Amino acid sequence: MTSELDIFVGNTTLIDEDVYRLWLDGYSVTDAVALRVRSGILEQTGATAAVLQSDTMDHYRTFHMLERLLHAPPKLLHQLIFQIPPSRQALLIERYYAFDEAFVREVLGKKLSKGTKKDLDDISTKTGITLKSCRRQFDNFKRVFKVVEEMRGSLVDNIQQHFLLSDRLARDYAAIVFFANNRFETGKKKLQYLSFGDFAFCAELMIQNWTLGAVGEAPTVPDSQMDDMDMDLDKEFLQDLKELKVLVADKDLLDLHKSLVCTALRGKLGVFSEMEANFKNLSRGLVNVAAKLTHNKDVRDLFVDLVEKFVEPCRSDHWPLSDVRFFLNQYSASVHSLDGFRHQTLWDRYMGTLRGCLLRLYHD
Amino acid sequence: MPGKLKVKIVAGRHLPVMDRASDLTDAFVEVKFGNTTFKTDVYLKSLNPQWNSEWFKFEVDDEDLQDEPLQITVLDHDTYSANDAIGKVYIDIDPLLYSEAATVISGWFPIYDTIHGIRGEINVVVKVDLFNDLNRFRQSSCGVKFFCTTSIPKCYRAVIIHGFVEELVVNEDPEYQWIDRIRTPRASNEARQRLISLMSGELQRKIGLKVLEMRGNAVVGYLQCFDLEGESGLVVRAIGTACTLDKLSSPAAFLPACNSPSKEMKEIPFNEDPNPNTHSSGPSTPLKNQTYSFSPSKSYSRQSSSSDTDLSLTPKTGMGSGSAGKEGGPFKALLRQQTQSALEQREFPFFTLTAFPPGFLVHVGGVVSARSVKLLDRIHNPDEPETRDAWWAEIRQEIKSHAKALGCHAVVGYSESTSICEEVCILSASGTAAVLNPRFLQDGTVEGCLEQRLEENLPTRCGFCHIPYDELNMPFPAHLTYCYNCRKQKVPDVLFTTIDLPTDATVIGKGCLIQARLCRLKKKAQAEANATAISNLLPFMEYEVHTQLMNKLKLKGMNALFGLRIQITVGENMLMGLASATGVYLAALPTPGGIQIAGKTPNDGSYEQHISHMQKKINDTIAKNKELYEISPPEISEEIIGSPIPEPRQRSRLLRSQSESSDEVTELDLSHGKKDAFVLEIDDTDAMEDVHSLLTDVPPPSGFYSCNTEIMPGINNWTSEIQMFTSVRVIRLSSLNLTNQALNKNFNDLCENLLKSLYFKLRSMIPCCLCHVNFTVSLPEDELIQVTVTAVAITFDKNQALQTTKTHVEKSLQRASTDNEELLQFPLELCSDSLSSHPLPPAKEHLESASSNSGIPAAQRAVTVEKASPVGDGNFRNRSAPPCANSTVGVVKMTPLSFIPGAKITKYLGIINMFFIRETTSLREEGGVSGFLHAFIAEVFAMVRAHVAALGGNAVVSYIMKQCVFMENPNKNQAQCLINVSGDAVVFVRESDLEVVSTQQPTANCQSSCTEGEVTT
Repeated sequence: MTSELDIFVGNTTLIDEDVYRLWLDGYSVTDAVALRVRSGILEQTGATAAVLQSDTMDHYRTFHMLERLLHAPPKLLHQLIFQIPPSRQALLIERYYAFDEAFVREVLGKKLSKGTKKDLDDISTKTGITLKSCRRQFDNFKRVFKVVEEMRGSLVDNIQQHFLLSDRLARDYAAIVFFANNRFETGKKKLQYLSFGDFAFCAELMIQNWTLGAVGEAPTVPDSQMDDMDMDLDKEFLQDLKELKVLVADKDLLDLHKSLVCTALRGKLGVFSEMEANFKNLSRGLVNVAAKLTHNKDVRDLFVDLVEKFVEPCRSDHWPLSDVRFFLNQYSASVHSLDGFRHQTLWDRYMGTLRGCLLRLYHD
Repeated sequence: MPGKLKVKIVAGRHLPVMDRASDLTDAFVEVKFGNTTFKTDVYLKSLNPQWNSEWFKFEVDDEDLQDEPLQITVLDHDTYSANDAIGKVYIDIDPLLYSEAATVISGWFPIYDTIHGIRGEINVVVKVDLFNDLNRFRQSSCGVKFFCTTSIPKCYRAVIIHGFVEELVVNEDPEYQWIDRIRTPRASNEARQRLISLMSGELQRKIGLKVLEMRGNAVVGYLQCFDLEGESGLVVRAIGTACTLDKLSSPAAFLPACNSPSKEMKEIPFNEDPNPNTHSSGPSTPLKNQTYSFSPSKSYSRQSSSSDTDLSLTPKTGMGSGSAGKEGGPFKALLRQQTQSALEQREFPFFTLTAFPPGFLVHVGGVVSARSVKLLDRIHNPDEPETRDAWWAEIRQEIKSHAKALGCHAVVGYSESTSICEEVCILSASGTAAVLNPRFLQDGTVEGCLEQRLEENLPTRCGFCHIPYDELNMPFPAHLTYCYNCRKQKVPDVLFTTIDLPTDATVIGKGCLIQARLCRLKKKAQAEANATAISNLLPFMEYEVHTQLMNKLKLKGMNALFGLRIQITVGENMLMGLASATGVYLAALPTPGGIQIAGKTPNDGSYEQHISHMQKKINDTIAKNKELYEISPPEISEEIIGSPIPEPRQRSRLLRSQSESSDEVTELDLSHGKKDAFVLEIDDTDAMEDVHSLLTDVPPPSGFYSCNTEIMPGINNWTSEIQMFTSVRVIRLSSLNLTNQALNKNFNDLCENLLKSLYFKLRSMIPCCLCHVNFTVSLPEDELIQVTVTAVAITFDKNQALQTTKTHVEKSLQRASTDNEELLQFPLELCSDSLSSHPLPPAKEHLESASSNSGIPAAQRAVTVEKASPVGDGNFRNRSAPPCANSTVGVVKMTPLSFIPGAKITKYLGIINMFFIRETTSLREEGGVSGFLHAFIAEVFAMVRAHVAALGGNAVVSYIMKQCVFMENPNKNQAQCLINVSGDAVVFVRESDLEVVSTQQPTANCQSSCTEGEVTT
């Protein structure tokens, strides 16, 4: 006696959260059944393995049918085939678009292309996440990217509107899209200590301050061929950053800046002498990073440079985080007292964001 | 031409890509009614076209309005080649033809294609202007309301219950016409869908005419079925109960538009000479046409199927009420000398109802059933379906005579079914013989409404159990005692019925689903030989099914069965029997005796030991069941009852051998005389199997109950959480040389496993009851058995439930699920033509967005619904705004029950009767047979919901999947499935909404249902 056909269809579609998780994690039906057996569900419910098998198959079939709709979440809301309570719809979408930290760290900043997709095998082996799950996560990134790529307006809002994600998840996706678009390098060994959260934090700051959208009401310009407002860095701004070079190129200005910072921080900093000794190096590092951002390659290396030029030197001198904060605040603020320096707003736009990023990046 | 049909095509959405090059579609719509077709403009390059068409107007006869469906076809325009069809929508406009039902059909309908399934949706508005019709000779019956519900619909009262109406129409099946060889599968499927739609419209109209003639205004318990007879044709038949209903809110009785009884009815279907003897088996008839009946008390005597009893004779019993309904029926006008015989035929005192107004049911005699095996022949002239009519007439006569033999003048809970395999067809009918209160059946005499009757203190709550037949002239040997309730009248020791448990019956403990399952192998044979073989097997099957039911009932410690439905299915090489019923302990009936096992060879020591072991197991099971179902009847000493002293020695032998000739069957005595215990004699391995199978039926896990009646006796604190589902399983029998035992085991396992799966799947609803569990068996191929189950799971408040061990777990589970249910009630967007996709609102805005969605303050909303509801307010409850409340899709509940727990049905919008065909030539790509059928059933649900929502409703009650015919050919990568569903579209309002309109808290429902529970305890 073999079961040829075995189905269960409810007027309200039954969603088992545990099975959904197993499905999302890319387990085959057989593996999922084995995992469910291990969870002790048979003892709790008095069911047999055959019942579990049939139940799992059924849920997998439902999820498979729902997957097409999950690719465009608004469709899930408007479709008539599956009657699903809104709370469940939200759960289905949110879980489907959720991603693994380990996975996102591997692809963050990479081009979401076929080439990267081919590497998923290696990522799967490396992270222990099933290939199927890797593919889903990668495809999600790519799909969101494709949809919002050409869109104007707030990146987070666009994502939320087209994928109905929670605020938190939409922000994460905005960071992923932003990183993929600007191809920031995040995979170097030096950067391994950084979490996705660190990068997402920086991405948000950069989107808020360094993109075209950040300038605010700028898009009234009828020229609609403008760059995507939230995804691309403000080219003009990056060009202007070259002007900051004067801060390190002009020796008098550099000395004045140093003395201003040192006067203000004397006695307040545990690592004052180290700071004093390193000031010119640090300042040169930070200003040079700004000046180089006109080149795409240097934009990509932004995080590598920041870690190399600032985080690592400070860390090797054992600066505590509070001292870093004191220093950066003073370092940015003192520029306002430099009479010969004319690019105050530019400096604030640059340093305001950079300070936030550096503080987030400064940890072990 | 008394009607103008107006159709407007608004928009489409989610259309499939028809042009690969542009990834878009150039869609337009054809609207067809009868022979008139209109077209919309082509909406270029869009998957979400906005046609916003003018009103297409069709001027049509109301006869056509009733018969024809509105056919909407969505096509992709192609300049160079033929336009490609995207899909179709059939809309039954019947609900617009009654004054009290829907006024407009408006909403999103899934665009359905028989090959690709649902392909996007289309927004349509349909209206009908009816003109007054003065033609009394008309053929239409607009205005007669139809209900699938097998009780008086909730917001009506029955003024008169007229009685049985039936009709059938036949046609050639398009699938078997010569043209089918040259047309595409899609064309063939669509021809079939359209034909069936037409035929059911015609059938409904004809039934309506009969109702008008009887001066009724409604059909209740309307059951329409299709017989796919293959080569020989397509039969659509329907039965129902004609009533005069009165809407409760409006005191004036509703009179049908045409109430002059037209005596010039074009034909009375049964006016051929009725010869009661035609159906008796004899050598002259080519087919041995056997009919059987069995009585509640285990009788299986041929005597009760006395086919040559003079039918016009009033029952010979002492009960005077026996003939009451007969003479004073509503047909006085027709009672003329020359039609006397026709009337005799026509007047089947049958009622398809299963639940009745209080006082309607006086006594219940027991189950009557009749079966007959027929050979199908080609229907030569579709306009004269006499053969099929005659077949059913025969069976109905048989049923009528059985009822008379039981001293009853009426049959209630009546239903008919068929099983077809190749050219053999088994026709079955069954019902419950009963004595009814004639007051309800007569014209004019009824003054007071039913409510008043309800107020009247009915004399006995046990009356229906009392035997209607004469004790001294019993139709079969039965074991009678004085009623345990009133001690005045005699009652049988067990009672089998096909109806729901009367609301006023006293039941001890809870009920449970009892099933008897049976397979019998049969040799493959052709035509008459085959029919004869089947005829010969049938009595054995009936007998064994009956024995199994009786054993299982006793094992549960219960004494009555309700909702009994025995299905016999015929296949190429086997017959399957499946009986389902709900067992209860009726307080009025005596305590059932136990089951005793007796061995055949008493001298063998180990054997004896084995027997005693089995006996112990059985006794333990009975004790356990009594505890499980809380059966603890008050002890009554035997002397007071005056029941005969049991004679323990006496026991009758059960004949089990299959080799016995059918002649001996007539000698079978199923009654066991006056004895205390039911004895099972284990004289061969066969019987051993039976005892084993008795004990292997696993009770449902704790917190679960199941029944096949409307509700579970003993549980009445339902919450509003319901889940209707359909589950289908097909198994392939492995070996070719199967034995009966192996077959039985396979079938038994199939059913048991299916139930186990259901319990597992629905575990989050505990404590819960599966109600109206409806099993259907079919044998699609040689080695395939298909079981389809439709039921509804309802959570109940466990305050009154069993004292189970896992109380805390259950409670929290229940709370959680109640919350989910709350969330289900998201609002339907009032403005249904807004296409903009809504983003998820940020969390803080939920409440505002939800209430602004409907635009009406919650307090007013409940009131609005009471009036004729406009489009789209199908869901008007949005007190609890869920996280993403912006869906445009309103929740439509579906249930096989006639009511919705915790809610009040305020309006019936019309009958839903839909037939779909789905076919695939890429079975593997669609996920195999399971994937294919899963998707199809989900689509059928979606289409039912969409139609209900478009009518302005928010639920389907009395939903039933009447047919699910599945055929596959894996080698060709093909499969085909036909599904027929029906139900009543309704508007319901939560009771909590009616009471506390101002409550905006999401927990309101939960709380109110809890308090309800306390009130009922």
